[in-house]
Amino acid sequence: MPDSTPHPSPLELGSPDKTFLDSNELILNMGPQHPATHGVLRVILKLDGEKVLGVECVIGYLHRGVEKIGENRTYAMFNPYVDRMDYVAAVSNGLGYCETVEKLLQIEAPPRANYIRVILTELNRLASHMLWLGTHALDIGAMTPLFYTFRDREEILKIFEKYCGARLTTHAFRIGGCLYETYDGFEHDVKKFIDFVPPKIDEYEELLTSNRIWVERTKNVGNISAADCKALGVTGPVLRASGVKWDIRKALPYAAYPDFDFEIPVGANGDTYDRYLVRMQEMRQSLRIIRQAVEGLPEGPIMAKVPKVMKPPAGEVYHSIEAPKGELGYFIVSDGSTQPYRVRVRPPSFVNLQALDLMVRGQLVADVIAVIGTLDIVLGEVDR
Amino acid sequence: MLDYVTSYLSSNTTPGQAGNLVWALIYILIVFGGVSVAVMAMNWLERKALAHFQIRLGPMRVGPHGLLQPIADAIKLLTKEDIIPERADRLVFWIAPLIILCASFAVYVVIPFGPTHAITDLNIGILFMLGVSSLSVLGVVMAGWASNSHYPLIGSLRSSAQMISYEVAMGLAVVSAILMTSLNPSGTGTLSMIGIVEAQQQQQIWYLFKFFPLGFIAFAIFAIAMVAETNRAPFDLPEAESELTAGFHTEYSGLRWSLFMLGEYAAMIAVSSIAVTLWLGGWLRPFPNALTGATWDLAFSLFPGFLFLSLAAVAWVGVIRMPKHPYFRIQTLGLAGFGSVLGLIGLVLFVPPVRDRIQDIFWFTAKVAFFMYMYIWYRATFPRYRFDQLMRVGWKVLLPISLAVLIGTAVAGMVL
Repeated sequence: MPDSTPHPSPLELGSPDKTFLDSNELILNMGPQHPATHGVLRVILKLDGEKVLGVECVIGYLHRGVEKIGENRTYAMFNPYVDRMDYVAAVSNGLGYCETVEKLLQIEAPPRANYIRVILTELNRLASHMLWLGTHALDIGAMTPLFYTFRDREEILKIFEKYCGARLTTHAFRIGGCLYETYDGFEHDVKKFIDFVPPKIDEYEELLTSNRIWVERTKNVGNISAADCKALGVTGPVLRASGVKWDIRKALPYAAYPDFDFEIPVGANGDTYDRYLVRMQEMRQSLRIIRQAVEGLPEGPIMAKVPKVMKPPAGEVYHSIEAPKGELGYFIVSDGSTQPYRVRVRPPSFVNLQALDLMVRGQLVADVIAVIGTLDIVLGEVDR
Repeated sequence: MLDYVTSYLSSNTTPGQAGNLVWALIYILIVFGGVSVAVMAMNWLERKALAHFQIRLGPMRVGPHGLLQPIADAIKLLTKEDIIPERADRLVFWIAPLIILCASFAVYVVIPFGPTHAITDLNIGILFMLGVSSLSVLGVVMAGWASNSHYPLIGSLRSSAQMISYEVAMGLAVVSAILMTSLNPSGTGTLSMIGIVEAQQQQQIWYLFKFFPLGFIAFAIFAIAMVAETNRAPFDLPEAESELTAGFHTEYSGLRWSLFMLGEYAAMIAVSSIAVTLWLGGWLRPFPNALTGATWDLAFSLFPGFLFLSLAAVAWVGVIRMPKHPYFRIQTLGLAGFGSVLGLIGLVLFVPPVRDRIQDIFWFTAKVAFFMYMYIWYRATFPRYRFDQLMRVGWKVLLPISLAVLIGTAVAGMVL
């Protein structure tokens, strides 16, 4: 029988008449309908008892052909589609796309628009991290933080809703700036929120950071070295937890980030606990950025001069931003027409997910769940 | 016949000891019904309390504050399609939940709700309890095996390993409490459940405080091990939702699944009853030494009635605060009825003969209820242990400590 899979499976599933009783090895299919795979990820585990011998991810259950759609839409029409990739951080996706097209058109968003972009993107980073924390804790068995984080994430979504009418897939930015001026009381709402959140983050930390079971479940679980991270192209909090101080907001600044003073939290061991700590500190740093941005919000226009019909010169451009999950890059090829010739997205979740096998080999089934949680993947972004 | 029935009323022992079959049967029915109701109440309370821990409301729709939710659930589960997987071993699949149910309910034969309020008093009561309750492992293994599926299999293997490991530490903790019973004035120890409580009464101390902190440590070990024994959070690996979907009962649905749940909750109440009997003085009222005398006895015996009356008052405040919209009429009537029943129970509890007989049962139930609340609290607070960590805690932490406590108790008993 010819092998129908395009590449040989690392797990060598064996002949069908062999059952798990004939050997010590057990093939366990986890997903695509499984409570802890964050959507529709399918993981095939090869187990020896509880020990993981290998992992194969089967993806594509949520494939919607976003990149192909991009070739058949004008630049402005494609903008709302990118929100549907990482749907828990839609604002970041939009920011990345808008900035990439702006780079292609050689226009620049006005400072006020950049500040609004930073405020909303950082709020979205908080929302994304809160969702990550809740689901990650739930995977490890702590039910309660999920409800606390969703309570506080709600406040962020309320601000989004007041700003642009949508809560999740916001379509907040347009090519060349922002469509909407801030609503009356926007600054008040944001300031109220950044005063409201720090005690809540303390509350999450109180439940988890020094909880003995939490520490035992996450310390030395899913370790990944800085060299492996670089080899696999892993970015974001996962890379920083391994000790690499790489954040695109500092390394290749975009939007209004050069104006703000913030730190890049890094970890040392590259284990699940460090990734947890890094993300918790990132939440506090985001609050710092938002405070500076909302206090220094400049006056002025929010939209640059953008041609009614966008026809960028033929050429190609790559631009990346620091999304909550890592480096989100857009590569757009223009043939001079109103539609892109090719749109390629470099999604952080997709790249980070490739480290799963390396991180869980030799560990236990329960660790696979913890590592999938700590990688913070969103399947909408993995499959696109 | 009538003489046979009435003769027990004047006796001072449990129906089992008196050899009175009719009364034993009545007691069995009462206990079985009472435990079933307690399981339903616990189900409601867990969902409600957990919801409030998690800033939710929990069940609110079926009856006032969702009071009828367990009944609605029971009806739903009973009428659900009963699925047996095609490749499952039908006979074993069918028997497994029954074994768990029988094992957890058989334990109630020796649980003493009061000096005479037990079905029977075996002279090896505590051994019987530990032995029978550990039979439920068999049901778990059978369920996991018969399902013929990977998740239940892994879940049941985890569960059997876990339950057997924690029984060791649990057993040693129990032994140290039993050693304390031999410090009676009569000088002989006992394994009888009623005997253990009576020994605490004679020694004028709950074993929780005996040889402080030895008794306390033994109690703590038991309290941890019993959570693991009943597969509850943070030791709920066999049914770890996020890893094994539902562990050994993944393939079960409808009535059979509800039998598993009934067995699990009944087992929780049963092991809590052991803890209460061994360390918290069973049916004895609190502060037996500090607050003595006829006045205090009277005050404590009036307490259950007042508790029920205040619960009734809470229900009635709820009735008054209900919106006056016709939509809420049935809810209001239901809550009023519930409050009235509670109030009536409270009033009945003030009648002297009832008061004297009921207060033992009341204190026993109140102590067990404390443990039930702790179960919910653990579940809301803790993440889940990993399998190897669980085993390490069981064998490398709890077992040595319980051995040390056992030796310490023996030495203290000799010296002091």
